[in-house]
Amino acid sequence: MNPGVATKRSPRPRSALTAFTTSWASQIGITVAFLALWLSFIVLAPNTFLSDRIYLAFAQTVPYSVAIVALFLTMVIIAGDIDLSFPSEMALGMVGFVFTWQATGSVELGVLAALGVGALAGLFNGLVVTYIGIPALVATIGSWYLFRGLTLVLVNGKSYALVATSTAPSYDLLVGKLGGVIPMEFVWLLILAVVAWFLLNRHRLGQNAYVIGDNRLAAGLMGIPIRRTRIALFVLTGMAAALAGVMTSLQIVNFYPTMGDGFQLPTLAAVFVGGTSVFGGRGTIYGTVIGAFMIGGIQAGIVAVGLTDYYTNMIYGAVILAAVSVHALLQRRFE
Amino acid sequence: MTFPPAGESGMSADERESARQPSQLANPIIAALEPAVMPRPEGERRLELRHISKAFGGVHVLKDVSMDLGSSEVIGLLGDNGAGKSTLIKIITGVHRPDAGEILFGGRRVEGLTVQKARGLGVETVYQERALADQLPLWRNIFMGRAVGGPLGFLKVGDMRRMTAKLMSESMGFTSAVLTPNTVVKGLSGGERQGLAIVRALHFQADIIILDEPTMGLSLRETEKLLQFVEGIRTAGKSAIFIDHNIFHVYSVADRIVVLDRGRVAGQFPTSRYSLDELLSIMREVATGGAFTEQERYRPAAGLPGAATGASEDHA
Ligand SMILES: Nc1ncnc2c1ncn2[C@@H]1O[C@H](COP(=O)(O)OP(=O)(O)OP(=O)(O)O)[C@@H](O)[C@H]1O
Ligand SMILES: [Mg+2]
Repeated sequence: MNPGVATKRSPRPRSALTAFTTSWASQIGITVAFLALWLSFIVLAPNTFLSDRIYLAFAQTVPYSVAIVALFLTMVIIAGDIDLSFPSEMALGMVGFVFTWQATGSVELGVLAALGVGALAGLFNGLVVTYIGIPALVATIGSWYLFRGLTLVLVNGKSYALVATSTAPSYDLLVGKLGGVIPMEFVWLLILAVVAWFLLNRHRLGQNAYVIGDNRLAAGLMGIPIRRTRIALFVLTGMAAALAGVMTSLQIVNFYPTMGDGFQLPTLAAVFVGGTSVFGGRGTIYGTVIGAFMIGGIQAGIVAVGLTDYYTNMIYGAVILAAVSVHALLQRRFE
Repeated sequence: MTFPPAGESGMSADERESARQPSQLANPIIAALEPAVMPRPEGERRLELRHISKAFGGVHVLKDVSMDLGSSEVIGLLGDNGAGKSTLIKIITGVHRPDAGEILFGGRRVEGLTVQKARGLGVETVYQERALADQLPLWRNIFMGRAVGGPLGFLKVGDMRRMTAKLMSESMGFTSAVLTPNTVVKGLSGGERQGLAIVRALHFQADIIILDEPTMGLSLRETEKLLQFVEGIRTAGKSAIFIDHNIFHVYSVADRIVVLDRGRVAGQFPTSRYSLDELLSIMREVATGGAFTEQERYRPAAGLPGAATGASEDHA
């Protein structure tokens, strides 16, 4: 306001490292952390971690339990929001699947219905957050309960056996094996990661998400459609959750209405371990994918190393804190 | 802060124009910004505000403000902190909806103005807040809200980076090799940020350029360059609204000075007919009592508290 306040020129010497942005630093940081964890597993459990079986297992489970949702959750968080309701969106989407599949006998229509329900659930989140103005953290705690409750009511708390779906061609397309070896979940993850990367880095949606998360006031002043962008990101996350819900259920050929809750913290952890800032404006798809495989690998690693399951949480905690510390330190170093 | 040629009272706009020396200073932030756009026919009213009022939660920030802006005209907006200057320009840029009143662009009334619409109508703004995203690279800041892309929304990132690099070297004077279009804004100095915000506003060939305290944080040299640029806006047949607390700056570039006092237009003063000294004493009067004696024909006929009181000074 005052002309006197501002005449501050920073005398900071500018090194070539300034151009080397924190985003790169953070991606290298997470890669190093990932390799360190991996190497320690190889050293501690060479039999397990030098065979391809464990990697094929990861390639199957990590996508639907963590990574696919994490990709789009990353964008929501970059835009300065968060979505905690995705486990319930997985289940609610599956209600759409089950009802449609039972009515029509078509797995394909069931998948479309699940995606539609996921989109609607995301739309609900987006509208509540942007039009009523409830912070996303609070709103999606509410919708987590709401969607879960709706799921339980709709299916009367029952589980559904989905064995009959496994003869459908789309079953193999979703959770089969490419060439009899590579899990389709992994193929889908790669496809969706490319899609998410393009949306985030080469599309208006991502440009707007970054700006909104970095400086919402500026976004408004520069005419960025803030509500529309935020809503779109919630919708994408809802659809990703529904897809992950379908994959999870088809994989175990069973749908139970409380599915997904075990995925909540690991998925969030994967996003933050990957270097996405909880304050918005910063995050990468690459980081999230690496983060997802770190988080997804820990459990199996611990078992393979021969520790009892009791150690799992401790090691999860240590890895998460170590990884986000790396990001925090790099952040300070490069700014 | 000294300010070279326009400091003397009573100079006409033409005299001021000729008195100004082209700056020989190399590599300032606002260098070489010669707007290369065809001049518009004289006298066209580019923007009109009619009876604009705005309140925030019961506090009346703008009260019945009317103002217009012609082609090739630079308006200086003066007023105390909280007078409503930034609010007024945010109404022009579509950020705030007025509670009452209308806005006309080129003589045509515009309903439901949004930021996108205003930018589409050729309004670009350097906000007081600067409106930059710290963690994002320069190119994303330049093209904020105006990303260059295809019909499906996919961005032409290469084009935007190239244009940013060009703007950086030609317009911002960023010649340092370590500053690239990919550099994030966070590490920039105050003046560099300012330059970025200004260049962004100027890049899109706007007809109306609004500068809300643009000299804040600029060095003397950069300030002078900026003022020269504002003169260039007029020469190119475009229009500008220039807000600054420094009356010397405003006086030196504006064709007309609009004084806002607690949300009302306290008066409008063509710089061709008012000397700087006269304006200074008017400003002093506005600041002390809100009363002034200006007889200018631009002044709205009604709604000015104290305007008609026959107080001391005789300016006209
Ligand atoms: N979004 C808002 N909500 C509530 N009050 C606001 C808002 N924007 C501005 N105001 C109030 O309106 C009044 C005018 O503010 P404005 O920013 O327009 O003043 P200004 O003339 O630009 O002042 P300055 O010279 O300090 O920038 C102030 O009292 C301010 O607190
Ligand atoms: Mg202001």
